[in-house]
Amino acid sequence: MNYIYKKVGRISFGLLSPEIIKKMAVCKVVTPELYDREGYPVDGGLMDVRMGVIDPGLVCPTDGKKLRDCPGYFGYMELARPVVHVKYVDIIILTLRSFCRDCNKILITEEKLKDKKRTRKELLLFLKNAKKCPHCGSKQYSFKIEKPTSFVEGDRRLSTIEMQARFEKISDNELSMIGFDPKFFRPEWTILSNFPVPPVTMRPSITLETGERSEDDLTHKLSDIVRINQRLFENINAGAPEIIVEDLWDLLQYHITTYFDNAIASVPPARHRGGQPLKTLTERIKSKEGRFRYNLAGKRVNFSARTFITPDPRIRFNEVGVPLVIAMELTIPERVTEWNINYLRKFIENGSEIYPGVNYFYSIDGKKKKVTDGTKEQILEELQPGCIVERHLLNKDVVVFNRQPSLHRMSIMCHKIRIMPGKSFRLNPAVCTPYNADFDGDEMNLHVPQTEESRAEAEILMDVQTQLISPKNGLNIIGTTTDAISGNYLLTKYLKIDREEAIDILYSIGVKDFSNLKSTKTLDGKDIFSAILPDNLNFIGSSKEKKDVIIKNGKLTEGVIDKATIGEDNGTLIRRLYAVYGEDAGIELINKIFRLGIEILFRKGFTSSISDTDLSKDVLAKNKEKLSYVENKINETIDDYQKKKLELLPGMSAEQTVETLILRQLNQLRDKIGENVYENVSEDNPTIIMARSGARGNFLNLAQMAAMVGQQAMGESRINIGYKKRTLSLYKKGELSPESKGFIKDGYKQGLTPSEFFFHSITGRDSLMDTALRTPKSGYLYRRLANALQDMRIEYDNTVRDASGKIIQFNFGDDGLDVSKTEGGNVNIQRIVREVKANV
Amino acid sequence: MSSIYEEFSNIPESSMNEIKELTKGMDQSSRKKVLKRVSEEYEKAKINPGEAIGIITAESFGEPGTQMILRVFHFAGVAEMSLTLGLTRLIELFDARKSPSTPLTKIYLKHGYKTDVDKVKAIAASIKETKLKDISDEFSFNLTQFRIEVLLNKKEMKELKITETHVVNVLKESLKDLDVKDDNGTLRIKPKEKDSLSGLYKLKEKLKYAAIKGVKGVEQVTPVKQENEYIIYCTTDNLKDIFKVEGVDETKTTTNNPFVIADLLGIEAARKIIIDEAVEVIKNQGLDIDIRHIMFLADVMTNTGVIKGITRTGITSEKESVLARASFETPIKHIVNASLIGEVDNLNSVIENVMLNQPVPLGTGLPDLVATMKEDAVKGKKK
Repeated sequence: MNYIYKKVGRISFGLLSPEIIKKMAVCKVVTPELYDREGYPVDGGLMDVRMGVIDPGLVCPTDGKKLRDCPGYFGYMELARPVVHVKYVDIIILTLRSFCRDCNKILITEEKLKDKKRTRKELLLFLKNAKKCPHCGSKQYSFKIEKPTSFVEGDRRLSTIEMQARFEKISDNELSMIGFDPKFFRPEWTILSNFPVPPVTMRPSITLETGERSEDDLTHKLSDIVRINQRLFENINAGAPEIIVEDLWDLLQYHITTYFDNAIASVPPARHRGGQPLKTLTERIKSKEGRFRYNLAGKRVNFSARTFITPDPRIRFNEVGVPLVIAMELTIPERVTEWNINYLRKFIENGSEIYPGVNYFYSIDGKKKKVTDGTKEQILEELQPGCIVERHLLNKDVVVFNRQPSLHRMSIMCHKIRIMPGKSFRLNPAVCTPYNADFDGDEMNLHVPQTEESRAEAEILMDVQTQLISPKNGLNIIGTTTDAISGNYLLTKYLKIDREEAIDILYSIGVKDFSNLKSTKTLDGKDIFSAILPDNLNFIGSSKEKKDVIIKNGKLTEGVIDKATIGEDNGTLIRRLYAVYGEDAGIELINKIFRLGIEILFRKGFTSSISDTDLSKDVLAKNKEKLSYVENKINETIDDYQKKKLELLPGMSAEQTVETLILRQLNQLRDKIGENVYENVSEDNPTIIMARSGARGNFLNLAQMAAMVGQQAMGESRINIGYKKRTLSLYKKGELSPESKGFIKDGYKQGLTPSEFFFHSITGRDSLMDTALRTPKSGYLYRRLANALQDMRIEYDNTVRDASGKIIQFNFGDDGLDVSKTEGGNVNIQRIVREVKANV
Repeated sequence: MSSIYEEFSNIPESSMNEIKELTKGMDQSSRKKVLKRVSEEYEKAKINPGEAIGIITAESFGEPGTQMILRVFHFAGVAEMSLTLGLTRLIELFDARKSPSTPLTKIYLKHGYKTDVDKVKAIAASIKETKLKDISDEFSFNLTQFRIEVLLNKKEMKELKITETHVVNVLKESLKDLDVKDDNGTLRIKPKEKDSLSGLYKLKEKLKYAAIKGVKGVEQVTPVKQENEYIIYCTTDNLKDIFKVEGVDETKTTTNNPFVIADLLGIEAARKIIIDEAVEVIKNQGLDIDIRHIMFLADVMTNTGVIKGITRTGITSEKESVLARASFETPIKHIVNASLIGEVDNLNSVIENVMLNQPVPLGTGLPDLVATMKEDAVKGKKK
């Protein structure tokens, strides 16, 4: 592998002059023919081999290289008559307006230029309005563009030759006055007299199955240009009448115009025989599928894999389960040294079919060889320090894992591999949140870094444990979730477990030292939880229900573990572990807590079922009572409104007042019924346990299932669409009753009436529409933000600057803190004071 | 006493005050301990040089953006006073649109006004724009005299404290070449120069919308009580005229249009408005984005002294690199313009280096290693 370590320092832009076009060309294109009878490219044709080769076996005469190595070279074409470059039409008219038509001097005197400072725009406006040349006194006419490429002076059409002649006489000095750099750009160059023919390699032809050749759109366009150009030459030489020459000239202009841009409004697009428009230069560059965004800014990579994901709560947060088939396809290159030669020999002996083996081998002279049963023996002989072995993935190899859309940096994190059977990537459910993944068919990507530097960067900067706290708001985005929370909640709140079983549970999650465990026969759940905590841990926090949680010297003495301590978004205990024991030990501890919760549920069983929503007759009767009470009150309100006795709310009309009052009462009703359900459901109801611990769901969900779904709101009001003055035809016009405006008085378990069901689907559809409309909008906002801000960085002097060194802020956020290193955006002084007081 | 605080100069003032508050009653040594710990944590939480803070900020807005609701019309306790919030408002704000879709001014009142209901109501009434049609019952033509007769509604006028002479004077001033006379509650309006009939009709329409009183463009005015004082909400961004109203506290009154603020109070005030408005939207959506990101974005938008939007004509057009601009939107335009002046791209920013497969000047790509190679080291020794 012979790399050339060169860095591009800068790129400068300019317009090609006819001389340069001729000089850089390797051949002159004179014939529209492409291939001769044998199928070999014609000399002087558009596929001339000197412009690069696209056929295997041919050698480029320009650089002696073959297909793939030959970059391709420009040719040129001499145009019979000069032609305007469409992309420079605006520049041409600007130049015409700025210089005298007779003496070709700028239409302003030096004195005038000096006596007032003008912006470029003001100067151009001044020049445009000049009626007389201040130098030679000749009258200036007004110019017009006749779309797309003709210029009219007064009422006479200017020919390109005329314009070229005028432009050539403009002095360099005066050109720079209107903001051109004559070294890189002269106006006469915008009128093409030599035409560059792009390399064959950038417009390769495709060979169809039938053996027929299908040429690129650009080649088609170019052959049109050559053909018309030749005809124009012939006609001029034959002394054809002016009209014919003019017509051909215009046709040449048309072809060259569409060659540059085939989507100009005033020009009919050039089409294929089938009728679909040709994709020419501008279309190649522009838009999302264009060169810039598709090929230059978007890179494709090797050493990557993609498959669907499935959960595995028993692997670590920072691990990823990789199917064996993938592990045998992806490889890591290892340089052979005298210290690892024997270790690597074993891999080669296995070959590529037996895991762990080797797929490719680079001998000491850099030749790449595939490892097969046939080549194995020879490769083993060749094996010596300095070779490179591309071995299969092994457990604990470093990989980068990603799920699209990659909206934030936690969408691409580094995991350690764990080889597994099956065909899916396995990941711990706790890292679903940063990836925003679920398991309904999501697929994810895996990349294998190939160099030591990239592996080191991935491990240090991208590991899951380094991404625990979101730079968005300084809260932890990774924490234990769902079952792991309910498990720990049950454990620390209710459970008492026999010593033997406790040891069994702890051993299964990797605890090997039980010396700290109490020696009583039955153990409290808190003791078991404490067994995984380090002895020197001290922590004061509060649970979800705002009760103290205290850990003293590694023992949970008070309180219950729930979402507030070990969950996402502000798991105080998680933060504490992370802060005290560092990233690696911290994540290990959090991992153990997660496993403990899961293990508890595995052993004790935990099911949410339809009977969770069973309510006693008492509760049902009470709910009914509440419902009819509110219904009566609403009827009164409606009555008042109809009798115009309603007391208006400030700033509202009668209609708005009645709406607001009804909505308020209905929402209160739903909350009250929710409370009623909550108060009367037994404490060991699994749905309640989940809600209370913060694992999943809330009390409102239960109330909606068991008792009442409540008002369906669209925007911030009741449903108010459909027929004239009513939602459905079974209601009276102008009816205000709750049921006619989308109030659902039943729970999901009792079932919904047809109209309730209909209202429910209205809001459902509405939110679906909202999501569908929102995604592209927010995506575009994000793209713009990322594009505008991507160059901003913190400098060594702590200032925030952009790529050109312009200072945006002197200190990021005024205090120079990294949000992902803070606690919710701050240094928690309260906590520090409390710790100092407690002498921790 | 003060000396121990001075020792820890890296702690910002606000945190220092918090420490002083929280350590009241503690002895000196434990107070010092607190200070030391806080100082250490500040040092630990310092942002690293080379951090790609721009991308982090963009991500911090982009990721929650997908969770935002498209348009929420939140009523500020009052009907007909809607306020665009949600993603729509955020886009509007970052685009730096010249006028918001729902302009709103929050008027704070000076001492002596803000608690007095009657005075507040009087100010509110004086702010609201009153048009001639609001205080009149009928517009009619008198063709024999070639004039327009307007029947004024005296009750309405009394409520708004408008006199006939005031109306006459205002009309004379605002619409030139008119002969306006008041005849006991009926205005007789005659153009000084005789015009066509259609001209008279046009004049009638003009008269209907002639402003008699109030601040231009203010359609809705609502006083709201907020913690012992009244503030007035009105649907306008005409802050300039509102400042002229007596009783308005210019130091607190704001509007949601940063451009108006920039004109009137300067760019720093506009930056503050951008921050406040963004915070408002984000809070309203129940999201949490750190204030530093919002401040940073506001700084990016305002650091040139004028408000620049996050658009191709705004910030992106200011970029130094041709390729960076071209890769965003309208690539051809940028390349053509670059050719005119022989522009040079020095490859200082991210996207050009991505295009060329080179390390980007951010994070670990930023530092260069300067090392003395073996040969040089030997030479150095000889010297």
